[in-house]
Amino acid sequence: MDLVTRISRSTTAIAGPLLFVEGARRARLGEIVRIRLEGEQERRGQVIELSETHAVIQVLEETQGICPARTEVIFAGEVATLPVSRQMLGRTFNGIGQPLDGLPPVIPETTLPITGSAINIVRREKPSEFIQTGVSAIDGLNTLVRGQKLPIFSGAGLPAHSLAAQIVRQAQVRGGEPFCVVFAAIGIPFREADYYLKVFEGSGTQDRTVVFLNLADDPTIERLMTPRCALTAAEFLAFTHGMHVLVILTDMTHYCEALREVALAREEIPGRRGYPGYMYTDLASLYERAGKIHGRQGSITQLPILTMPDDDITHPIPDLTGYITEGQVVLSRELDRKGIFPPVDVLPSLSRLMNLGIGEGRTREDHRALADQLYAFYARGRDVRRMEAIVGEGGLGAEERVFLTFADRFEAEFLRQGSGGRPIEETLAIGWRLLRAFPVEALTRIKRSLIERYRTEGGGDGAGPRHTDGAPEHPG
Amino acid sequence: MDGRIVKISGPAVVANGLEEAGLNEVVRVGHERLMGEIIRIRGALATLQVYEETTGLALGEPVVSTGEPLTVELGPGLLGQIFDGIQRPLPALAALAGDFLRRGIAHPALDRQKRWRFEPKVATGDRLTEGQIIGVVRETAGLAHRILVPPGVSGTIREVKPGEAAVTDPVVVLEDGRQLSMLQRWPVRRRRPFRRRLTPELPFLTGQRVLDCFFPIAAGGTAIIPGGFGTGKTVLEQTLAKFAAADVIVFVGCGERGNEMSEVLSDFPHLEDPRTGAPLMDRTVLVVNTSNMPVAAREASIYTGITIAEYFRDMGYHVALTVDSTSRWAEALREVSSRLEEMPGEEGYPTYLATRLGQFYERAGRVVPLGGDGEGAVTVVGAVSPPGGDFSEPVTQASLRVTGALWALSTDLAYRRHFPAIDWAQSFTLYAERLQEWFAREAGAEWVALREEAMRLLQRERELQEIVQLVGLEAIQDQERIVIESARLLREGFLRQSAFHEVDASCPPGKALWMLRLLLHFSWSAARSLSEGVSLAAILETRLDERLLRLGEVPPGEMETIGSALMTEIDETLKRLRGS
Repeated sequence: MDLVTRISRSTTAIAGPLLFVEGARRARLGEIVRIRLEGEQERRGQVIELSETHAVIQVLEETQGICPARTEVIFAGEVATLPVSRQMLGRTFNGIGQPLDGLPPVIPETTLPITGSAINIVRREKPSEFIQTGVSAIDGLNTLVRGQKLPIFSGAGLPAHSLAAQIVRQAQVRGGEPFCVVFAAIGIPFREADYYLKVFEGSGTQDRTVVFLNLADDPTIERLMTPRCALTAAEFLAFTHGMHVLVILTDMTHYCEALREVALAREEIPGRRGYPGYMYTDLASLYERAGKIHGRQGSITQLPILTMPDDDITHPIPDLTGYITEGQVVLSRELDRKGIFPPVDVLPSLSRLMNLGIGEGRTREDHRALADQLYAFYARGRDVRRMEAIVGEGGLGAEERVFLTFADRFEAEFLRQGSGGRPIEETLAIGWRLLRAFPVEALTRIKRSLIERYRTEGGGDGAGPRHTDGAPEHPG
Repeated sequence: MDGRIVKISGPAVVANGLEEAGLNEVVRVGHERLMGEIIRIRGALATLQVYEETTGLALGEPVVSTGEPLTVELGPGLLGQIFDGIQRPLPALAALAGDFLRRGIAHPALDRQKRWRFEPKVATGDRLTEGQIIGVVRETAGLAHRILVPPGVSGTIREVKPGEAAVTDPVVVLEDGRQLSMLQRWPVRRRRPFRRRLTPELPFLTGQRVLDCFFPIAAGGTAIIPGGFGTGKTVLEQTLAKFAAADVIVFVGCGERGNEMSEVLSDFPHLEDPRTGAPLMDRTVLVVNTSNMPVAAREASIYTGITIAEYFRDMGYHVALTVDSTSRWAEALREVSSRLEEMPGEEGYPTYLATRLGQFYERAGRVVPLGGDGEGAVTVVGAVSPPGGDFSEPVTQASLRVTGALWALSTDLAYRRHFPAIDWAQSFTLYAERLQEWFAREAGAEWVALREEAMRLLQRERELQEIVQLVGLEAIQDQERIVIESARLLREGFLRQSAFHEVDASCPPGKALWMLRLLLHFSWSAARSLSEGVSLAAILETRLDERLLRLGEVPPGEMETIGSALMTEIDETLKRLRGS
């Protein structure tokens, strides 16, 4: 590695967040540069393309006021790194890892490149430990497992932050092993960031939390670094210090917009809705940094949050995210309007790793079957509700009414829980209570022996129909 | 002569000074000797796609051509192995570099130290032709690895060396002095030769009722599985890898999730091959390039996979290749193309997307191998991940034109947890007619008629459901209610199949036929009873449906006994109703 510092004074063009510099023939791809302008604070940038004629530098801060003729670009020969230490716990940093809390910089145990490396697949450990979030819609139907990446798909104005905060407060991994939170605010307003910080304070998690803040008025391009810094810190805490790390990345929509901004400034051919064609690969380089490694203590569980523009789940940001992550928790505007918190729409929600974390010895033997049955009846109830909107309540048969009632009760009793936490046993008990509206024969997805064991107190066959529809199986 | 880097943009690098090198040659890039491939030559400039992360590369670093196209190593040691997209063995890389992947590590694909017992099938003085079997290595309990004369080689044997040998040791020496080892090399982008193609008239049995009965494909055929996220593509691909009737499975994890692959890696060694009882891993070759591994190697991974599949085909085996997902491959192609600043076609994909897909799928087929003995087949099943679940996008559409079956996954069915979420209205197969004869012969003569009847029933239900959505279930006629009820049993008891139930996970055609027979018999008998004055409520009260819905859990061996008894019970129960 060439450690000689080189200075270039031949910046030829500025386009949006990009600087074009001539004669930077010894630069390296991905190298971090310092941009010096007389009388102004030094800015930082990163080399994203190199050719014989020029280097393209993406400026991490505002490019406003940069005058090509007076600009010096200093190439220090280093790729983007983050000094890491266990002492980062309890500290707050900006979006590129510099302290924001007025305290001196951490004394690094080591310095790591923020891009990270892919875990060799044969060293990856299959996730299998149940995390009790205390939220019935998640624990009961879309179970979170250590080492999983499970995003929350939110909409503008929906309370994703309250749900995430609730999970941070309540998340328990069994056995009381070392646990910490890495929080990355990506382009969110101060109000929201402040909310999270207050939650960390109030729940006593503060000393076990590392915070990276890039707020809405911070430089856009810095947002591309923020999740990478956070994940680098998380990997260090997890795989060097053996901690179980919960990473919250919010809001990934802002991240993707920053990515688009750079891509379009480079005049790349835009993909869907202007987002670059490599957004899948780029997002994967973040989301895939979750998991567990054979023979190492810790784990990284990711809870990214994104806002679906116009509540559209087919928008490229939720779409590509869903293809990479192991499921998704989808928030519903309709439930939110009904005042149900958390407003999780369980039908499009999914946890792909659920089966690995539930069942006998983990949660309880009846968990899978119970979840399947609840899903099936609720899906049917929602169909009936749609039909009711057309034919009116009078047009419904007795059988259909039972499903309609079930859907209402499911939302009011199972989904609605306010800000309190429920142990998994309570979640399952509520599920069984709701199923008592149906006779035993209608529970086609549950084995008889399980029904006999768990469908106890209160007994009493309901008047419901035996015929069911859309009974489920295991999610993909 | 060494070239020099003159431009770097993501995975695309431009170098000069490579005038001697040809298109698709493999190069070593930079001081770290990163692996790459020449994908364009324009004057003195060669454009390379680099299979490893390019961060840290600088202009002026050297580029050396190896003079060879991207090739794979073929020989004993492939089975049970896990490779990356350019056939580097991942366990060996972990031993070298630890838990994370590092750049610039090279390692031969096949273990050079391991010694295999070579049992010759030829003798001194024999005349060898290309593709001929010269010997056998018992690579795993379930599969004899046949050692073949490489394409283009022939001659008379001077010496045969039986016994223990490493893959690179000579096992046969020809009169002209040429030595044959157990190791062959083959360029991945060129299809391996065979003698001739055979008509696709034998089925590729998947063990999935909805596929085998309604949308079967032929051995050597091709199918695509498009579906939005969460519709169960990966579980279905894994189910195929577990239960499909094939000698060898090549599973290409192309740009997908790491945790899912670790699940495959931890489960497969403990699962049994349904045909031999040996560990499932023994018949499996994994090619894995997860989404966070370099994008250009992802582009190469499907070719690495299909070349390995063709190699086992040439031994006379039936190989199933599953790719999860071809969309990630297409995106890798798009990403590299866009770095080359090529004019984009639809949705930014390069204009040659359809051609490349066609070339890839056309490497499937049932053939007589070069050696002329027996037959081998490569069946290809490619998952597609259409953006937003919209099948009108270019990768789905281009794939549809060159493949033989569409197994469409439906988001709606997945939301209802109906798995496999194959949409029976949208899916199709072009092989059905050619396979009819086999099914009629092997499974039962009524196969064709029952299949058609079941499809009609589902179609009729779909129409009725549209009415029900408008007026409610109470408002339609009892005869129509019976259709809806019968179709429900067919959907829930037959089309739906649990990938996680020990018996139901795989279903042989004989059992599937019995299930269809019973379900349709109930449907006819119930309709007849209704027309003879039995009330709908009375029929629904019989609770026959509970028995019919649990047929999937009946072990195939007991199906005939249980099936016949249930058939009689249906008749008698309904007869009693008519009598009363």
